[in-house]
Amino acid sequence: MLSLRRKAVNAVMLSLTAVCTFLAVGTLLFILGYLFLHGGTSLTTDFFTKLPAPVGEAGGGMANALLGSAKLLLLATSIGVPIGFLGGVYLAEFGGSSFSFFVRYTTDLLNGVPSIVIGIFAYTLIVLPQGHFSTLAGGLALGVMMIPIAIRSSEDFLRAVPVSLREGAMALGASKAKTIFTVVIPAAKAGLITGIMLNVARVAGETAPLIFTAFGNRFWSPGWGQPTASLPVMIYTYAISPYKDWKQQAWSAGFVLLMLVLTINVFARVILSKRGHAAR
Amino acid sequence: MAASTTIAPLNARPSGRASAFLQRLRSGDDIAYVVTLTCALSILAVTALLVFELYRNSALPRHQFGWSFLVTSTWDPVAEQFGALPFIYGTVVTSALALLMAIPLGVGAAIFLAELAPAKLSNGLTFLIELLAAVPSVIFGLLGIFVLVPALIAVAPAIQAVLGWTPLFSGPFYGVSMFSAGVVLTVMIIPFIISISREVILAVPTEQREGALALGATKWETTWDVVIPFARKGIMGSIFLALARSLGETMAVTMVIGNEPAIHASLLAPGYSIAAIIANEFAEAPGELYRGALIELGLVLFGLTIVINGLARVLVLSTTKKGTS
Repeated sequence: MLSLRRKAVNAVMLSLTAVCTFLAVGTLLFILGYLFLHGGTSLTTDFFTKLPAPVGEAGGGMANALLGSAKLLLLATSIGVPIGFLGGVYLAEFGGSSFSFFVRYTTDLLNGVPSIVIGIFAYTLIVLPQGHFSTLAGGLALGVMMIPIAIRSSEDFLRAVPVSLREGAMALGASKAKTIFTVVIPAAKAGLITGIMLNVARVAGETAPLIFTAFGNRFWSPGWGQPTASLPVMIYTYAISPYKDWKQQAWSAGFVLLMLVLTINVFARVILSKRGHAAR
Repeated sequence: MAASTTIAPLNARPSGRASAFLQRLRSGDDIAYVVTLTCALSILAVTALLVFELYRNSALPRHQFGWSFLVTSTWDPVAEQFGALPFIYGTVVTSALALLMAIPLGVGAAIFLAELAPAKLSNGLTFLIELLAAVPSVIFGLLGIFVLVPALIAVAPAIQAVLGWTPLFSGPFYGVSMFSAGVVLTVMIIPFIISISREVILAVPTEQREGALALGATKWETTWDVVIPFARKGIMGSIFLALARSLGETMAVTMVIGNEPAIHASLLAPGYSIAAIIANEFAEAPGELYRGALIELGLVLFGLTIVINGLARVLVLSTTKKGTS
């Protein structure tokens, strides 16, 4: 016999869990809607093509911050992805048990280190000896952050390749290296590329490690040795500024950044789910 | 793992003969092994270097203040007096507050997604929740300043009318506060609790549920008394991971916590966190002692998150046996 009380508890608690879920999902929809209304609707072409206006003048854009972010991400990708990818190949194809476990554990710990601490790390390695902020230092900070994710995602996707493919290649006389580079990696290609995309999307929004490495700049930053503006840092400085026009631009920049990050995420996850891998 | 063991014989140890060595070199196996091993080792090197640099660059304040750095609360760059207590306090209080709100919400949502929702709906909603995890923290800060803070100012009188007699909700409220930071952190860590908890709950064997249901338990009783205890360690792990995130979260907290290096009992008072003071003062810190003190704060933060992450990974590992995200 099911007492009324137990039935009621059952119904109430189960509906509460549904409420929790819709609160979480609702937050995302709220964020999207709010940024679109406040940032998306006031987006102009100036935003993409012009330098920031001098303090006190209205208008201007964030072209230098967009280019700065692109350069930082390019540098970070070229530091983080090769190391992470090859490290992942080691873990998936060569690794023994205890050493691999140790590497994997360290990778996860490094992944959990707060981004601001990684910023200090890049500061002590580059800014301190050189005596000035630079694109290089910012790119290094983001690059270090990319390594652990690149290792784990490439390991996961390489492991998802069926053993039979490896055996087939080896039965035909291919060496282990040849098997890895001509059979296993091409088979995991889509996953590997989406892994890199998600990785880039994650560091694209990082602000904390850039504040005292790439710093900021109201002008173009040629080369790699000068301080550079970046989209996230620009949003931060504009948001806490006292100027109304700057705050408005912070919303526009926030909208652009959010769209960029979410588009990459959606795109990557759709590719992943089509290929039947776990979307993560 | 299975892959490497089944094909291991082809990668047998060197025989010692020069010709065999050249043969293998030409086939690329050893080159590939050495190159990939180097990259795997570099992660250990980077981590070691990170610890070394933090330790080396914080030598000055460590020698000058010793352990009292952690327990004194004067932060006066002009007089070169540095104590980390207000920042540690702010970090711990905001994170605790965030956990307090995020655990029930997150675990509740995970239960819904794993136990109740049909697979399609569950996958769709999880997808959206993972997108929420991808939102950059500076965006949360932006919404924190311009949406959450005004909203809290509007509801604060109501809260204080009811709870104002407790020290936790006393005193004037200016909008920026440890409470605001806690709310922003809650939203930021919920996705981690949800997606990991959902996974560990899904990993609970179906027989457990069938057994409970067959004995006449309701759906909720089955979930709460059988499934959740079974997944407890993994859920704990997800909570620790979320805690580590919130301890190190910088931008969103910096923008709403109020940035006042003082210890207030009231949650509605402004505070400061470790990550926030580094973000605010590091770029302009003159003098080696000042900079060293900030780096030492970074070292403290690093230590905190490493311990908590290490614990979390062990917990998650022990339930899903699949490893970490």
